[in-house]
Amino acid sequence: MASSNTQTPAYYVPDSSIWPIVGAVGLFLTAFGFANSLNHHANGMTIMNVGLVVMLVMIWGWFSDVISESVAGKYSPQVDISFRWGMIWFIVSEVMFFAAFFGALFYARQFSVPWLGGDGSKGPLQELIWPAFDATWPLLQLPDATHLEPAAGVIGPWGLPLINTLILLTSGATVTWAHHALLHEDRRGLIAGLALTVTLGFIFVYLQILEYGHAMHEYHLTMASGIYGATFFMLTGFHGFHVTLGAIMLTVILARAIWGHFSPQNHFAFEAVAWYWHFVDVVWLGLFIFVYWL
Amino acid sequence: MKSILHRLLLIVGFMPTAALADWQLNLTRGVTSISRNAYDLHMLVLWVCTIIGVVVFSVMFWSIFHHRKSRGAQAAHFHESTTVEVIWTLVPFLILVGLAVPATRALIHIEDAADADMSILITGYQWKWHYKYLEDDVEFFSKLDQDSNRARMLGSGEDPASVENYLLEVDNPVVIPVGKKVRFLTTANDVIHAWWVPALGFKRDAIPGFVNESWALVEEPGIYRGQCAELCGRDHGFMPIVVDARPPEAYAAWVAEFKAKRAAAALKQDPKRAWAREELVTHGAEVYAARCSDCHAADGSAVNGSAPSLAGGEVVLGAMDDLIDLVMFGTGEMHAFGGQLSDIDIAAVITFARNSFGNNAGDDLQPVKVAEFR
Amino acid sequence: MSHAAAHADHHEHHHGPAKGIGRWLYTTNHKDIGTMYMVFALIMFFIGGAMAMVIRAELFQPGLQLVDPQFFNSMTTMHALVMIFGAVMPAFVGLANWMVPVMIGAPDMALPRLNNWSFWIMPFAFLLLLSTLFLPGGAPAGGWTMYAPLVLQTGEAFPFLILAVHMMGISSVLGAINIIATIFNMRAPGLTYMKLPLFVWTWIITAFLLITSIPVLAGAVTMLLTDKYFGTSFFNAAGGGDPVMFQHIFWFFGHPEVYIMILPAFGIVSAIIPTFARKPLFGYESMVYATASIAFLSFIVWAHHMFTVGMPLAGELFFMYTTVLIAVPTGVKVFNWVATMWRGSMTFETPMLFALGFVVLFTIGGFSGLMLGVTPVDFQYHDTYFVVAHFHYVLVTGAVFSIMAATYYWLPKWTGHMYDERLGKLHFWSSVITVNILFFPQHFLGLAGMPRRIPDYAVQFTDFNMISSIGGFAFGLSQLLFLAVVIKCVRGGEKATDRVWEGAEGLEWTLPSPAPYHSFTTPPIVR
Ligand code: HEA
Ligand code: HEA
Ligand code: HEC
Ligand code: CUA
Ligand SMILES: [Cu+2]
Repeated sequence: MASSNTQTPAYYVPDSSIWPIVGAVGLFLTAFGFANSLNHHANGMTIMNVGLVVMLVMIWGWFSDVISESVAGKYSPQVDISFRWGMIWFIVSEVMFFAAFFGALFYARQFSVPWLGGDGSKGPLQELIWPAFDATWPLLQLPDATHLEPAAGVIGPWGLPLINTLILLTSGATVTWAHHALLHEDRRGLIAGLALTVTLGFIFVYLQILEYGHAMHEYHLTMASGIYGATFFMLTGFHGFHVTLGAIMLTVILARAIWGHFSPQNHFAFEAVAWYWHFVDVVWLGLFIFVYWL
Repeated sequence: MKSILHRLLLIVGFMPTAALADWQLNLTRGVTSISRNAYDLHMLVLWVCTIIGVVVFSVMFWSIFHHRKSRGAQAAHFHESTTVEVIWTLVPFLILVGLAVPATRALIHIEDAADADMSILITGYQWKWHYKYLEDDVEFFSKLDQDSNRARMLGSGEDPASVENYLLEVDNPVVIPVGKKVRFLTTANDVIHAWWVPALGFKRDAIPGFVNESWALVEEPGIYRGQCAELCGRDHGFMPIVVDARPPEAYAAWVAEFKAKRAAAALKQDPKRAWAREELVTHGAEVYAARCSDCHAADGSAVNGSAPSLAGGEVVLGAMDDLIDLVMFGTGEMHAFGGQLSDIDIAAVITFARNSFGNNAGDDLQPVKVAEFR
Repeated sequence: MSHAAAHADHHEHHHGPAKGIGRWLYTTNHKDIGTMYMVFALIMFFIGGAMAMVIRAELFQPGLQLVDPQFFNSMTTMHALVMIFGAVMPAFVGLANWMVPVMIGAPDMALPRLNNWSFWIMPFAFLLLLSTLFLPGGAPAGGWTMYAPLVLQTGEAFPFLILAVHMMGISSVLGAINIIATIFNMRAPGLTYMKLPLFVWTWIITAFLLITSIPVLAGAVTMLLTDKYFGTSFFNAAGGGDPVMFQHIFWFFGHPEVYIMILPAFGIVSAIIPTFARKPLFGYESMVYATASIAFLSFIVWAHHMFTVGMPLAGELFFMYTTVLIAVPTGVKVFNWVATMWRGSMTFETPMLFALGFVVLFTIGGFSGLMLGVTPVDFQYHDTYFVVAHFHYVLVTGAVFSIMAATYYWLPKWTGHMYDERLGKLHFWSSVITVNILFFPQHFLGLAGMPRRIPDYAVQFTDFNMISSIGGFAFGLSQLLFLAVVIKCVRGGEKATDRVWEGAEGLEWTLPSPAPYHSFTTPPIVR
């Protein structure tokens, strides 16, 4: 918007920006490269990596612009609310993305596995083709293991998963602590709270990797172990990916807190990341209950 | 070309009655209680919709004609009325409740497959059906008949109209007795298919790894035709179903005849003896045409989106063991034929493939060798 | 309202559009982005239509004359994907981009840079998808519904399909987030929710549907990808999965998706009919509630697309009841439109003609939808041309007609010129006649037993297929008229007034025609 305007504009509309188109090209290269690598074409990986680099540059550049505009005080409170709505609906869309995988888990546990094992309304018919298969959850025997390797054991909830639950719950508390500190202009509290959250986040990721190691080596549980392994890795994998992203974003926020970017009135970025963090927290609770425990 | 012109003329000439004769405009009434329920419900909903449509559109066109500016209509200013809104919410709702009652009854009837007299396990394959009579120990494949199959090829030059029951004829129809409750158990071997004969009044998906159930009690003897009704790949349009409903005695006779023929054929086929190459090639050509040409082209060339060329292929002319392994146990995309073909068939089709389409391996494969792989 | 203020603003110095290609690549202006969406949608409509012409040409007579069955299936699949994700959805998003800020008195969209990103992802997504036509093994051919396990047989095109769908999904979700944030946060002072134009309301609800359903599609296709390449068995009974599970997840997205393609159309028609009847919309509030009820119900009817998979009886009954229930709120809408016309003072310019065509023909499509919802009969209708007829009535004479109505209605506001009314009317009449020749006979074909997705058919279906194909070619040619009208109007024509239509109400008509590059830099006050 014209800076020559005598009045302060009621709303800040950014000037044209190169980043969206860079982002579109980056996304395209990533997808195109990934598709080619799945087709075993030689250059697929390279193209994909170029795409990812372009995306990183885009994110860097775009956020730098936003941060410098924010720091320059160009954003009115109304802009802040736009950002908030944007973040809220983005999180809603993420919730629905996970819902698809939870739906798959529930469907398999409630319907397909019992049916295949001869139970439920459609069960008796399935005895015709799977006479030998008995349904249990988690699935250690498969209807047909010709091309699949069933798992040899079940991941219990009370070891690492429980520890991870406590870690994430604590990190939810520490990020709230940081928020309170921010609101009360307690810089040290803010930085300490954030630093703790980041640390807990990365510890979670590390423990999750350990857990995967156990699962694969001791229990032979992989994505190819039938529907138990498939849902297990799909749900925990996407969750772990989100935690990693969240932890990286928290690190950026930590850095910005150290640089003094936030004030009690103006700290949308902080809140957005905190919301996101609570969201991955809640998803984990769902995972803990339905994937590990029940 | 002439026939196109002819038909176009008929269409342009406002469809003289002669042409209308073979036009079916409406749902079939069929030959089972299920199909008649469906027909009755169809007519009921159709009439309900027609009447609502006529009423709504009449009001609309009335105002289009009478409340137009060019006729000097002045716009009124009303823009709400709770009374009419409640009415036009409630009335459709009650109509729907009225429809739901017979629909619920019909649905419960369809889903009640208990107390069937006999069961047929129907397995969908790309692109044919397999029928197995669970009580009568009869089983066979059923696929598009040769005449239709030839005429349907791209650029075959044959006029489909010259083929009787074009695309709706099979080599082996599924024979059932009339007056008996027959249970159809549907499943599939590769992708989802759907078994549908309109005259029986339902379609039911055939899903790999799962078995579905449906039933029919056909009341009149006759030939009833249908088609696969779920996209199942390249030749989805070419896997028809023919049900041949016969009086119970005729059905029993057919079963007996089927078994006698099978026994006679088995006698001639001894997998233990040594087979001559020509013998194998001749028999192999039949097996190939019947079982392989669904995916591989008749002349062994590659089929886009389906299967690779067999002419000079590395696998075809490669190590015999690998080839036997491939045909018997399949790949991700090609079926495992071990369970579907006899040792003789497999030996024959492999010998055929290695010595046809310009391939010249010059060797043969004996059924006894195949037996070792089982 | 702030008519004068907007004019005055315009004379101040502002950044106009940048020059050259950079204007389009880097823009943050909602009108530029809206225009790009509309142009993109039009191009895709022609590409998707060309594919439909291949389908209709092959189906002109029995026997295979032109294309191989595999290619035919690719055409069906790509036609649907291009039309749905490339033509109809982007067109509605484009209309929202253009009109929502203007209708609510906002300077621009809430998140202008994000807006540009959502647009530019689209052309790249379709580059990815359309490039599969040239891959060995051909384009995807498993139907737009991508049912497992068939779709897993797709060759090299498979990862392209999945990732293209992901990209379209990202674009749609970001676009929807932007629209909903704009409406929630940028309304002019005094413009309360119950004063919003209905087009804006329908877009709130559509955006909600997009945000909640598209990620589910993303999840579904992700599972396809891992089933094919990473050994999972979500849709494979051998490992305890179920091919039908894909259908449940797909249609949990798919049914809301069809309402995504019709709710904005309801909004458009609700704007046009009052304008040309010169009478306020009847039952505004019930329109809002009806739209919300439709959206709610759309999440609990999905399995009506899969009645034949062999669900337990209780499931079949539940989905039958919820499905037919949608007729009630939809009926409320139809009745309200009729009541709006009642005792109005109507004129019949092209937008109104398309809106009226919509009301009649969409309702016919709704009726056949209701018939499909009756489970015992759907066992007969399912996967026949009766279904094809149903959804083309709601999609072509529904969604597409509404987009055309909207284009004629707002074109003078966008370009500053009146379009050629005579050509417009010609376009309407040739479209409305030929589209019925195209799709009405397909009802008969379906009832007589012709399955859908087949490249060749038994000879008794010949006559209706010929009629349908002739209608199809004629309908396709009629769309060239549309192109002509639009191009002619962009290039020049009679100067449009600000209000354009005598009976038009709403903030967009307080702006000059063409609307200035930046519309409401100071928010108008709505009483
Ligand atoms: C814009 C898109 C759109 C819209 C609005 C609709 C609207 C409806 N659809 Fe449709 N549908 C599709 C797009 C759409 N559909 C598509 C694309 C498919 C196929 C997908 C595929 O397989 O590829 C499909 C398939 C489809 C099926 C599956 C068929 C099958 O495969 O076997 C069913 C079954 O129930 C169905 C039902 C309905 C119903 C009940 C409505 C209702 O919303 C209609 C409600 C409207 C009315 C009823 C008319 C107006 C009402 C009145 C005047 C009131 C009074 C009326 C009465 C009381 C009768 N649709
Ligand atoms: C919004 C969505 C939309 C739209 C607008 C259309 C528009 C059209 N569709 Fe659509 N169609 C679908 C969505 C849509 N369709 C879906 C979802 C399916 C199911 C797919 C599946 O089974 O997976 C389908 C399937 C489908 C089939 C069934 C295919 C099959 O089962 O094998 C047919 C057959 O007639 C068909 C025809 C047409 C025609 C003739 C048009 C016409 O309206 C198109 C008119 C437009 C043009 C023609 C372009 C403009 C003009 C030119 C390019 C000029 C040149 C003109 C000539 C050469 C004459 N479509
Ligand atoms: C359902 C379709 C289908 C049927 C039926 C089928 N094939 Fe195949 N066939 C394929 C496909 C697909 C491939 C490619 C397999 C792959 O690469 O995984 C293939 C590959 C082959 C090959 C290896 C070719 C090469 O050089 O790679 C041979 C040999 C072969 N088939 C023989 C047969 C014979 C013999 C029969 C009949 C008994 C048969 N096929 C029936 C689909 C089929
Ligand atoms: Cu089998 Cu379609
Ligand atoms: Cu639906």
